[in-house]
Amino acid sequence: MLQYALKRLAVAILVALTVSMVTFSLLHLTGDPAIALAGESATQEDIENIRRVYGYDRPFLVQYANWLGNALTGDFGRSHYLKTEVADVVFARLPTTMILGASAITFAFILSIPLGVLAAIKPNTIFDRLALTLAVVGQALPSFWFALIMIFWLGIQWRLLPISGTESWQNFIMPAIALGYYVTPAIMRLTRAGMLEVLASDYIRTARAKGIRPGTILFKHALRNAIIPVVALAAVQFGFMLGGSIVIETIFAINGLGFLAWESIQRADLPMMQAIVLVLACFYIVLTYLADMLNAFLDPRIRVG
Amino acid sequence: MSPPNGPSTAGTITALPVAEQILEPSPAAKLRRRVFGHAGVTIGAGVLLVIIAVALLAPVLAPFDPLDQDLTQRVIPPVWHEKGSWEHPLGTDQFGRDYLSRLMYGARISLLIGFVAMLISGFIGTALGVAAGYFGGRVDMVVNFIITTRLSLPVILVALAVVSIIGNSLWIVIWVLGLLIWDRFAVVMRSSVQQVRDLDYVAAAKALGCSTTRIILSEIMPNIVNNLIVVATLEMAHAILLEAALSYLGLGVQPPAPSWGLMISEGKGMIFFDSWLIGIPGAALFAMVLAINLLGDGLRDVTAPENRN
Repeated sequence: MLQYALKRLAVAILVALTVSMVTFSLLHLTGDPAIALAGESATQEDIENIRRVYGYDRPFLVQYANWLGNALTGDFGRSHYLKTEVADVVFARLPTTMILGASAITFAFILSIPLGVLAAIKPNTIFDRLALTLAVVGQALPSFWFALIMIFWLGIQWRLLPISGTESWQNFIMPAIALGYYVTPAIMRLTRAGMLEVLASDYIRTARAKGIRPGTILFKHALRNAIIPVVALAAVQFGFMLGGSIVIETIFAINGLGFLAWESIQRADLPMMQAIVLVLACFYIVLTYLADMLNAFLDPRIRVG
Repeated sequence: MSPPNGPSTAGTITALPVAEQILEPSPAAKLRRRVFGHAGVTIGAGVLLVIIAVALLAPVLAPFDPLDQDLTQRVIPPVWHEKGSWEHPLGTDQFGRDYLSRLMYGARISLLIGFVAMLISGFIGTALGVAAGYFGGRVDMVVNFIITTRLSLPVILVALAVVSIIGNSLWIVIWVLGLLIWDRFAVVMRSSVQQVRDLDYVAAAKALGCSTTRIILSEIMPNIVNNLIVVATLEMAHAILLEAALSYLGLGVQPPAPSWGLMISEGKGMIFFDSWLIGIPGAALFAMVLAINLLGDGLRDVTAPENRN
């Protein structure tokens, strides 16, 4: 197990390094940051000056190595627009996005696990159909449109919930639903499949034969075993969700990392964009690593093979 | 592939009367029956065909030019409102452009972006996945690494950032999406190839001295093409949703082009009183993606080997 964990860790670090390289190249090679920074009325001389001051005249690999070296110590440079330390702004905004992500995944669990379990214990019934319909609809619903529909009905027509900002916990309800709904189908399908498999296994039959109450069998014996891969999947989905939160945060004016990314893109704030992409990518890498470890811990075939 | 009379010929050559053999439907007929008997496939394909027809015939069907502004005819509600009229069945937007015409032309943009981005990503993902699955070993390790790296990058964020830097046009959006969303193709193709790679007919082809290219193209690909089609439909839907999100955020298709995501974005300032400006293009987007997904999910059910008989 330890050997597997270390090997996976090495791969994860290598992936993180590659991601940092890709991010840096994408943003530096596709455009000229000095021109973007100088604005429209700048002369050639201005652009040259900016290039020198910010170090954009150095060789690409030197710039990358310098940036990476600083990033490893938590220094992501200064924001071109806000003129403050990028790291300060990013880590100040991170908690809001984490709260949103946690609420969204909680919502997804509350909706998908009962439905997945119901669909598994009553296959080919109305519950199963309902769960399947919800999954198909959920995958086709554009999240930003779904968010706008909620804003229209819950926020404007019925005035039940605030439509923007982060003042109270109520502000997070609609964004959490809009964001969490998107990952519901995947979690539900895995819960259903896992439960079906576990319920057909020998130890459940033994438990039934011993006369244990169906409720106990379901929750204590079956769900407990079926849920762990679901948790692993949820970890990965959580990482995807943080990446997708840019749309939802922009719609609901939630002052998190996604909204910051959106603002930075508008302002062509390169150091900020780089830092956000890297932070989100690292989150994803850490989460998938944890998910892999969880799966390997459960399934000896993975850690040997 | 299987012999023309299906599995029934295997052990019953002498026992089975000839008449019954003829009554046994051919595999093609069985497939047809499964396809048309599947509600998801029928509904999905039906809706999608209607949308494609409307998109192709937009110049004939659309009552107005989708870009023609008429400032005397601004924000007319659709026909089911009391103030609506049949002149503009779905009303007009804040520039007086006919909403139905914009919706029809918008279908072209969504379909074009979805289809071409799917082709690009399908090509990349299939090449990577097939190589990883067939060769295994080091190749597999490298491809896995590339897939993991790609999955770590947040798609929307990277697409937005790149488009904002290199500037946006329809084709840039198509290429950025195509170069980003190949991951599912690679993952599915890899495992599909792994399943057929060691089967007897591949070994037979190897023993006959077929080249690697030939084995992959004429022995392996035909047997995994059903999985490829399923992923292709789902990824096309994915690309369409991403384009809509990019356009909604202002970094996809540029005005005045009639992209559905852009239409929703332009209408969002009027959500208080003219919510249909958001409702109509959103519903169209939802219907299109739902139809494609139903078709994809349905094709998976229909072509799954366990449902063959």
